[in-house]
Amino acid sequence: MAPSFEEPTQVDFDAPLKAAPKLVAPEPEHCPGPESQQAGTADSCAGCPNQKICASAPKGPDPDIPVITSRLSSVKHKLLVLSGKGGVGKSTFSTMLAHGFASNPAHTVGLMDTDICGPSIPKMMGVEDETIHVTAEGWEPVWVSENLGVMSVQFMLPGRDDAVIWRGPKKNGLIKKFLMDVTWGELDFLVVDTPPGTSDEHLSVNSFLKNSGVDGAVVVSTPQEVSLLDVRKEIDFCRKAGIRVLGIVENMSGFVCPGCKTESQIFRASTGGARRLAEDEKIPFLGAVPLDPRIGMACDHGESFLDAYPESPACRAIRGVVKRVAEEMGVEVGDVLMEVDG
Amino acid sequence: MPLQNIQNIVLVLSGKGGVGKSSITTQLALTLSLQGHSVGVLDIDLTGPSIPRFFGIEGAKVRQAPGGWIPVTVHDAQPLPQHGTTNGHAAHKDVGALSCMSLGFILASRSDAVIWRGPKKTAMVRQFLTDVLWPRLDFLLIDTPPGTSDEHISLLETLLKQTSSPTSPPNQLSGAVVVTTPQAISISDVKKELNFCRKTGIRVLGVVENMAGFVCPNCSECTNVFSKGGGEVMARDFEVPFLGSVPIDPAFVQLIEEGTRPVYPEGTVIEGEDMSAAKSEANGTGNELLVDKYRSCSLCPLFDGIVSTLVADIRSRNQ
Repeated sequence: MAPSFEEPTQVDFDAPLKAAPKLVAPEPEHCPGPESQQAGTADSCAGCPNQKICASAPKGPDPDIPVITSRLSSVKHKLLVLSGKGGVGKSTFSTMLAHGFASNPAHTVGLMDTDICGPSIPKMMGVEDETIHVTAEGWEPVWVSENLGVMSVQFMLPGRDDAVIWRGPKKNGLIKKFLMDVTWGELDFLVVDTPPGTSDEHLSVNSFLKNSGVDGAVVVSTPQEVSLLDVRKEIDFCRKAGIRVLGIVENMSGFVCPGCKTESQIFRASTGGARRLAEDEKIPFLGAVPLDPRIGMACDHGESFLDAYPESPACRAIRGVVKRVAEEMGVEVGDVLMEVDG
Repeated sequence: MPLQNIQNIVLVLSGKGGVGKSSITTQLALTLSLQGHSVGVLDIDLTGPSIPRFFGIEGAKVRQAPGGWIPVTVHDAQPLPQHGTTNGHAAHKDVGALSCMSLGFILASRSDAVIWRGPKKTAMVRQFLTDVLWPRLDFLLIDTPPGTSDEHISLLETLLKQTSSPTSPPNQLSGAVVVTTPQAISISDVKKELNFCRKTGIRVLGVVENMAGFVCPNCSECTNVFSKGGGEVMARDFEVPFLGSVPIDPAFVQLIEEGTRPVYPEGTVIEGEDMSAAKSEANGTGNELLVDKYRSCSLCPLFDGIVSTLVADIRSRNQ
């Protein structure tokens, strides 16, 4: 294969998906995607062993999309948590948002973990050892509390440490099942946690949810440029995919030494941090959450940091951010965080 | 086959993102170079390439030659300026050449998203392994994205096929260094990666625990920001070597982000070496090599130990 310098081709976002046919061979490099409208007819399909299968598969949009849309019609607000970079606190922040929304007993909240290869949500929610119950209606989410349900691939693994060694299409299939077969019921909020990057999971979530309407995405970053670099790519992804960015959160911003109370910047914002990025990209800056070792500890033990240390500065900052997210979505703030009113 | 110039291939893996795979890769590469080895770094994190940023060569572009891509040179093999105080180890040796390859060098703009599904990523990883014209290398470090999916499957499929051919150097695929942070959330994902290594038959050269503790620059109290000791326990559970704990050093972050030579307060002693001694000649010119500046970093002696262990282990198996 001759090396090529051409700018990498991007995936077409607007093409309606059709159901993926069963293939007899792996997709070739320039495959337009077996779900795409050009499947089997594009130039690069010539000579591919799958060509016939793709070409003869029923055209038209994926028949499952309307099923997903009707299943999710009872969900009022859908929210994505994204970041191009790993380990910046996407899952931590997703759980905070879920706990924050669920602190009002009148709300029902769902939390869906689309990180298939590295699911963290079950552990952070303290439901690591649960399994999914299958009923006649579908898969029952795992309920952490009366009004907070969780779904993750972790619940389906035979062993806690088993690796999920899956290529893209298999991951997409599971995400579809999470949206189509899970009995979410009447939800006020569905928070979708994603893996790092801009690849299969993100494209799938976007195309499956497009017709149901997504309120927007919260982008999480840490202050240093190495992280912002990848986050910029994620914002570019949102723009290209037509996902509204509700705002950006800066996590691990500053660390107060428990010994001498001096604040140090562990991850220095040498280029102005997320605040500057928000200004440059003209998106709202939702707030900065300081690094507090107790957040990590609460996550390790599956406790809610918001309930455990309500008076800490980090908790106040998180509440502030949850409030801002609600505002950006156009939800009455008092409705979201009960304790803040008191 | 371009991989034939390479003696040893080492993967840097982690199931979790943001634990410092690229940071550890960078430091392993710099330390190997300081010990006189020629090193290449291949970044197969396609949707979030960080290696160009870490080596401070974001503006560089890959050149094309007949038959493949020429990787970007970070520095050539050369003697380093003598360090006033003997910083021990590498002071008398020439550094080995260091070059890098990353998708970041091919993209038109640094903020462009690379939105690819699996097959496209697979093709790119394969191309990176077959079409890069590496010079003669003692070590090729491969930095990976988090997870156990397309990139990893393709990487291993291609590597296992290529390195098993009779013409390749013996034991060319040395194994994997697995990076984790100490907290349980990270450990649980990294255990999945260790199981991935087991299933695919990749030898785990060892576990590095990154971000273990932060020493407050004001009062020198060490806080375990992300808890402590988890990496060592996990290594024991999986019966793989534990290579060491690496603390958070803001001076290293600053070296990468701003390119300033690390400076430590008087009396900072790490691994028996007085790090503050290097301070006097810190005000050098702005065009010092990254590898030269890294010698002043407190993490350098630590990595010197880790790398020596790794090299000895790899060498013993090559015979």
